[in-house]
Amino acid sequence: MATTFQSPRGSAGKNGTGRRGKNGAGKNGAPPAAAPSEAPSAEAIAALITNAPEPAPTTLKTFGAMMAREFRVLGRNAISTFMRSVMQPLLFVFVFSYVFPKIGSGFSAGGTAASAGNTSFSTILLPGLMASMFLMQGMFGTTMPLIMEFSWQRTIEDRALAPVPIWVLGLQKITAGAIQAFIGALIVFPIVLLVHAAGQAPSVHVTNWFLFALIMVASSTVTASLGLLLGTVMDPRKIQMVFAIVLLPATMLGCVYYPWSALHSIRWLQILVLINPMVYMSEGLRAVLTPSIGHMPVWAVLLALVGGTIVFATWGVRTFRNRVVA
Amino acid sequence: MTTTTAQAAELAEPPGKGEAAIKTEGLRKTYKSSRGNVEAVRGIDLDIPAGEFFGLLGPNGAGKSTTIGMLTTLVAPTGGRAWVAGHDVVAGPVAVKRRIGVVTQNNTLDMQLTVAENLQFRSRFFGLPARVAARRADQLIDAFGLRDRRNAMADQLSGGQARRLLIARALVHQPDVLFLDEPTAGLDPQTRVNLWDILKVLHDQGQTILLTTHYMEEAEALCDRIAVVDHGRVLAEGTLEELKDNAGAVTVVTVRFEGALPADFAERTGLSAHPSVDRAEIEGDQVRVFSTDPEGVLGEVISLGTAQGLNVRDAAQLKPSLETVFLTLTGREYRE
Repeated sequence: MATTFQSPRGSAGKNGTGRRGKNGAGKNGAPPAAAPSEAPSAEAIAALITNAPEPAPTTLKTFGAMMAREFRVLGRNAISTFMRSVMQPLLFVFVFSYVFPKIGSGFSAGGTAASAGNTSFSTILLPGLMASMFLMQGMFGTTMPLIMEFSWQRTIEDRALAPVPIWVLGLQKITAGAIQAFIGALIVFPIVLLVHAAGQAPSVHVTNWFLFALIMVASSTVTASLGLLLGTVMDPRKIQMVFAIVLLPATMLGCVYYPWSALHSIRWLQILVLINPMVYMSEGLRAVLTPSIGHMPVWAVLLALVGGTIVFATWGVRTFRNRVVA
Repeated sequence: MTTTTAQAAELAEPPGKGEAAIKTEGLRKTYKSSRGNVEAVRGIDLDIPAGEFFGLLGPNGAGKSTTIGMLTTLVAPTGGRAWVAGHDVVAGPVAVKRRIGVVTQNNTLDMQLTVAENLQFRSRFFGLPARVAARRADQLIDAFGLRDRRNAMADQLSGGQARRLLIARALVHQPDVLFLDEPTAGLDPQTRVNLWDILKVLHDQGQTILLTTHYMEEAEALCDRIAVVDHGRVLAEGTLEELKDNAGAVTVVTVRFEGALPADFAERTGLSAHPSVDRAEIEGDQVRVFSTDPEGVLGEVISLGTAQGLNVRDAAQLKPSLETVFLTLTGREYRE
């Protein structure tokens, strides 16, 4: 075998049987020769112990390796992940920004309903669809894998045996989910920008790139944290229900298709939707992307997104730990 | 197969580590639920020196997996203490995880990765640089005869291949203690023997191994020392020979008759008074006799029964083995 390692422990034994070796006069004589072709060879197995690299894990290295694993899997599933991210916003803008204006439906007056003058509906949709993508990717990127890992074979045990505290594993799940959500939301951008009928282009004005990036990141982390929490507290058998009672209402009442300010005529609803994290993502993105539309103050958005990340992440890591360690 | 003091000294671990690879004191786990508490483990004491191949033998539900769960930091003990490779499992779970390799009962391979990637990423989780991890993965793949399946996805492996990969994965970081939870459950006999051979070689290299099994012959074939567990307790512990001696090295003679026996059958027929009979138990339609001198006992039981007008349905004689040890300790059949 060409493989060689410098092994401080392995090279200790002068007689070549290695550390802890019971040496040549093996108690059972020679290990039985393996008969079937696929069967492992005794020498090669023995060498696994005598000739092994010295592991030197640190929390950072382990975290990095786990992220590398996520990217490997993400790369392998790139096409399906991409399709999942693209289809919803693509069909949405196609119907609302292209078909409806073309057929002259009253729906093109969405902007008027939002009391935003001549604003195209796609201007309202852009931040909204990005926000909805955050939530969807946060759920698909964090909750679904977790549910798989906790059910049936409990493959979570594999990762739980890595030499890091369990909370690090929880944070790693959030980070991985957040990156997926971030990429998903970015994909929406060109779609909304490009797919529309003539004169229906969204009006985008980014004045503060730093604030834009901050809101993008905070939106990613808040959805991924929420995804971790849901993935650890929900009964896997009821996941369909989660989608019905969380994802759907959060999207429909998340100020995706209308700005929050437009809800002033339904005051009770305007107050009620404030419990929905989606509202802050949509409104935050409106503030930095399409400031022409009335939006929530940025401080309120940041408070909700950053505060929500801290609350959901702490809570989620806690429930995650309780699920992993029985 | 006892570990002598000289061997123990030779097997002594590097400084900074305790003599014992695994030590537990009154280790206990009670699962609380709304339907009442389940006492899975009710106070287990173990002292396993480095280099030993130790077996936890017991029927399903005896508390073996819960015990392994506590020793591998995945189950939080509700009482007692445990140390693995010198580290407290509750106070220092990360230090413990660095030094152990675990083969869980369920298939916890990363199904979204290939065989090679499973090993590479596990190596990297333990801090090996990517290039070293790749070489270690290839070394493990060759040693475990998985070369042909190198680039297969983990969910395409046969049961035996998956189990080999699980063991290979547990060895990437050269663990001080290897835990195997029912490693051959559900495997065909040939594959099982292949795995035994692997484990024997590892043990010959000084690898400390804690194995749980509900197969008697597996414990007999592999383990230096065995703890017989049932209902969350250790019933007996020692080498195979010690266990047989302590249980009186009895032969168990079982005779089943057609129809239930009277509870005082043994007394009424004088079977209990027979010089070769240590103990006789009546259970439904069968008589079970424990004897250290079984010569002629089987014939005696049959003729006594026949004299009572009973027809023999079935008769068996078990030579001293783990199975008779279990019968002697618990008074009931071993349920695999």
